[in-house]
Order: sequence, then C-alpha cells, then structure tokens
Amino acid sequence: MTASLALGPAPDVPLSRVNPVAQLTAIAVVTVVLLTSLDVVTPSVVVLAELCLLPAAGLTNPRTLWLRTWPLLIGAGTVGLVNLLLGESGAVYALGLALRVVGLALPGVFLVASTDPVRLADALTVHWRFPARFAVGALAALRLVPLLVAEFESVRLARRTRGVEAGRNPVARVRLVAGIGFTLLVGAVRRAGRLATAMDARGFDSGVTRTNARGSVLHARDAWFVVGTVAVCAVAVTASVLSGVWDPVFVGG
Amino acid sequence: MLVTGRSGAGKSTLFAVLAGLLDPEAAEVTGELTVDGRSPAEARDRLGLLLQDPDSQLVMTRAGDDVAFGLENAGLPREQIWPRVDDALAAVGWRYARDRATQALSGGEKQRLVLAGALARRPGLLLLDEPTAQLDPAGSDVVREAVARAVADRSTTLLVVDHDAAPWLPLVDRVVEVVDGGLVAHGPDWTPQLRTAGLVLPVAPGSGAPRVVAEAAGFTYRGTTTPALPPTDMALPGASVTALTGANGTGKSTLALLLAGLRAPTTGRVRAAEELAARGVREPYRWRAGELVTRIGTVFQQPEHQFLTGRLRDELELGPLRSGSGSNAARVRAEELLERLGLTPFADANPFTLSGGQQRRLSVATALATSPQALVLDEPTFGQDAATWRELVTLLAEQRAAGCAVCVVTHDRDLVDVLADAEERLS
Repeated sequence: MTASLALGPAPDVPLSRVNPVAQLTAIAVVTVVLLTSLDVVTPSVVVLAELCLLPAAGLTNPRTLWLRTWPLLIGAGTVGLVNLLLGESGAVYALGLALRVVGLALPGVFLVASTDPVRLADALTVHWRFPARFAVGALAALRLVPLLVAEFESVRLARRTRGVEAGRNPVARVRLVAGIGFTLLVGAVRRAGRLATAMDARGFDSGVTRTNARGSVLHARDAWFVVGTVAVCAVAVTASVLSGVWDPVFVGG
Repeated sequence: MLVTGRSGAGKSTLFAVLAGLLDPEAAEVTGELTVDGRSPAEARDRLGLLLQDPDSQLVMTRAGDDVAFGLENAGLPREQIWPRVDDALAAVGWRYARDRATQALSGGEKQRLVLAGALARRPGLLLLDEPTAQLDPAGSDVVREAVARAVADRSTTLLVVDHDAAPWLPLVDRVVEVVDGGLVAHGPDWTPQLRTAGLVLPVAPGSGAPRVVAEAAGFTYRGTTTPALPPTDMALPGASVTALTGANGTGKSTLALLLAGLRAPTTGRVRAAEELAARGVREPYRWRAGELVTRIGTVFQQPEHQFLTGRLRDELELGPLRSGSGSNAARVRAEELLERLGLTPFADANPFTLSGGQQRRLSVATALATSPQALVLDEPTFGQDAATWRELVTLLAEQRAAGCAVCVVTHDRDLVDVLADAEERLS
C-alpha cells in the first residue's frame, strides 16, 4: 500500500532513460490501437510486448509487481468475468477485453515506476510547453500526499481521545471516515495556502519567464522507443487481420 | 535584529506587513512601510522568507532542485543556477548530497534547506517567522546554527520574529519588543525574564498507587521490522507527574500512545489499575472511546486534530456528553472550565480562530472535561510563549494536586525541572 504512495525520487531503471514525453507518446499510440480493436489477438501481442519491458521498468520482484498492479489486475479480472457470465460473445471475447484493460493500463504503471515526477514536469514544460503554474503546482501538491496519509491515522486517534469512534456500526464508520476526511481537507487547504505563500516568496509565477535548472533532452533513443511501439502495434494489428479475427471499432461506424 | 513579544502582541502582523503577505482587501492598512523604497509586495525579489512549518515550504522532492526552484523562477540561465545552489547549500552548512530526498530529512534539516533556498536568491532582507516553533531543541539548534553561518558576514539584513528571545540573542545586534501600544527597543545587554521566575506551584500530597502500567510493552508498525518502541517498563502513579524524555526516534510518542490506550502494544502489555477497569477490562486500548475519555485524557501535539465542533462551548461539552453525562452536567462543566482557563469571552467562537496558545489551553481543557484519572500529553509546551507556558504548568500541577496521574512527553528541560516528579529517559 505504502509502496505506491512513496512519491520521493523514483529509482533509476533502464526505462528511465526514455524521456517521459516519448513514453507518453507511446502510451497514446497503444491507447488508440487498443481502444479501436475488440478482438483477442491485438491485445495479446501488445501485452506480450509490454511484459518484455517489465525488467526494464525494474518490476522483476513479484511483490513489487503485485503492489503496483493489483488494482489493475482486479479490474481486468472483473471486466473479463462480467463479460464471460453476462455477455453473449463467449470466453475468447471476454479474454480479449480483459487483456485490453491490462494492455491499456500497464504502460501507465511503467511510466510511474520509471519516471521521477520532477523529470516528468521538466519534460512537459520544456517540450510540450505546459504552463509551469500547472506542472510545478502538481509537483508541490504530490509532495504533500504522504503527509496526508500519516495525518489520517493521527486524526483518527485524536477522535478516539475525544470519545468518538465507530465501533462495529457500519453507518457510524462511514460517518467517522467522512468526518476525518473533512478535517484532513481543511488541513490540506490551509497547508496549501502556506505552501503557496512560500512559493510566492521565492518568486514563483511572478511574470518572469522561468528557466529550467535540470533541462530535458530528447535523444535518438526516444524516437526509437516511439517507432518500436508503433512497430509492435503494427505487428499486433497485422497478426489480427491475418488470423481473420480483426474487429475494429470505428467512431460513427 | 530580533522582534520579540508575547503571543497576540502583533509580531506576526508586523511580519506579514514586512513580507508583503497581508491581503490588502482583508485588512485596513495605515501608514507606510517600504523595503528599499518600494512597497514590500513589489520588492519580493529582495526578500527571503523562512516560516514556521517546514513541510509547507519545500516544493521539490530533491534538496538541490528545491534550492534551484527560486532561481528558476528568477529566470536565471541554467549554467548559473547550479554554482549558486552549491554556494547557498555551503552557506547554511548542508551536509548531504544535492540529490538527497527532501521527505527523508528531519524538521531542522528541512528548515536549513528552506533557508538555503531563500539565500540562493541573494536577498537583501532575510525574514524569519518563529522558524523553530515546530522543532525539538536539537532541530532548533540546527536552524540557529545555519542562520548564524548565513549572516556571519553581515551581507544580508536579518530580521527574526520569535517570542522565545534568549536563544537568538548571540546572533542579533538589536532587540525590539512589541508591547501593547508600541515598540520598545532594548539595549545590547538585555535578557528576557526567565519563564520559571517566581513560579509557585501547588504541591501534591505524595504520589499514589500506579494508575497505568506498561510491562515490557513494545510496538512495531505493520510492514516494518525495526520496532518503533522496544519492550519498555513504565508506571504512571497517581498524584504525580512523570516526564518521558529522550532523543527523537526513541519511541516516546509511541509509548505515550500505548499508555493512552490509543494503540495496542505488539509485545508485552499495558494495563490500568483495578479501579479503572471498564466492564472488567483493564487494557486501555480495549475500552470503548466513551469509556476511555473518563479514564485517560490525551492531548496531542497538534491541537487542531482534536477539535470537532464549531464552538468552544460545544467542544468542552462533547467529551462529557459522549461518556454519558447529562446535558446539564456537561454544560456546567464546560462553563467551569471556560472560566478557569480564561476562555469565557470566546465561548461562542470557533476553536480554529483561537491563537496557538489559546488552542493549546483549550485542548488541555477538553481532556480535563471528563475528569480523567490519568492525563497523557505530547509536547504540551512546544512553541508556547512564557505566559502560556506558566499557565500550562500551573494547570498540570493543579491536576497532580487533585490526584491525577500526569505523563508528559517532552524535550523541554524547564518543564522537567519545574514539574516532573520522575523522569523516564528512553534511549
């Protein structure tokens, strides 16, 4: 649980060498291809290729892999199961849909596992001209998430000291969590205000054009990464067409 | 220069005006104040700020990136940024690498980093607002040492606002005290009055039988292997004050949570005295919350976390109502406590609008409202001015005289010396 919430610097893995904007482009390509194909072959090829990237993203330890992917695997399983039990198109179709969910979500997991939030913000502002107010603001906010997690526990204990706890009553439990959430929200807003003051004091968003201390460089390998992704998708679609199961969804079609 | 004065005297307002932080629409400003001939809001580039809360002043995940943040904002070319970052880090005595993760730093080191971030912009005026208020003594020393280095060559004007004047005196050339109705400039050999001076506390008739006892109680957080608290023995006798001291990370606060019945020990046990048993259960953590509040009261370091209502009066009635007192009894008790703590004028105010010192008194009052037999307080005197400090110490001594078993987790040497009957040092 805490592993996915640790928002400090990301570990350096081979995939970190690929610029975040190249990764985002590749994600866009995979997303378009998978969203438009409903067969089982296309997602199978894509997922297979993605699995080959697991070591590059540093996700070799089964435990870390599970911590990073359990929500996605449960989601995919649910999609597959629902379609199998309630749909009329059969098991292969359901398997295709489940694989599609995995194929769509895994690149996102890779991005989070291999990319430092600071590098992502740098790449977005340098290459895609994202406004600094948005990118740096998001970075500053991310820093506060682990604090919120620690504060949740502290507020829950503080309520017990005031004689307030839920016991076994589920309604009371929901109300208690809602109350704690509200306290945390109030605290977060106040802290965000203080952070904004501190950022202002250091000249953030003062009208001067901001420079970037770390920079973000695009290399040839970034282009190759995108080309490789397109190639995998091409292979996936070709295999699907050749095997005669290709079932594209065209908008308005 | 140091600006000092008691809580609520107007130090923070003066600071906000100087730093250009005052919202012109929310305040009525008279007179004129300039920084280098300009209004403070326009002279931002000449100001460096260091505020109280270390966690809401850092922006980046790595130390070096955070110092660079202010230089990026100033539009400095990249090749000039890193040398200036290194200079600023050296100026505050930074001991780690540039890529050190900011979330792994202690509070004092975080403040040191914020100071480097301010210095990197080469401010003409460095403004510090109680930068040690949320730190333990070791962390405070770190910050003062960093400030001393930073201003040693007197190339920057330094203005510190702090109610706790004594530790800053070696660093400053001038001291100004904000008092009701104006400012008083003090001479070079001025020293503040000791907060313990002339303090007369009610004495207890002699300590009683143990109320809460920890027997080889230890605690390990789930998912970790090193215990937050190794097995520890401790007893809280009635009618006495036990101080729980020791360096950061020795498990003081964790032990307090165990004694207060907020967490179950993962090894050993914590039991209350026979006469405190609820439904025959003597383990405080197994009591229901309503049972707990009449037996053991707890005061957290952050008073805001414990406030649950929109009015002081409701806040004080909450505990008694929750533990089954009638609404009449609860009201009478609330009135009595408001009167005792000098909070009657604020009875209908929102607890969040109180000053820091008032909030602290209120959080102690809410714990006392249910007349618990034992009281556990985590750093009750952190960041309190001399007047609030004396009030708190007196209040706790009164509880002891009334037979309560009081346990304070603290770094405050004065508090231990003046109040504690026994000291338990964790290591």
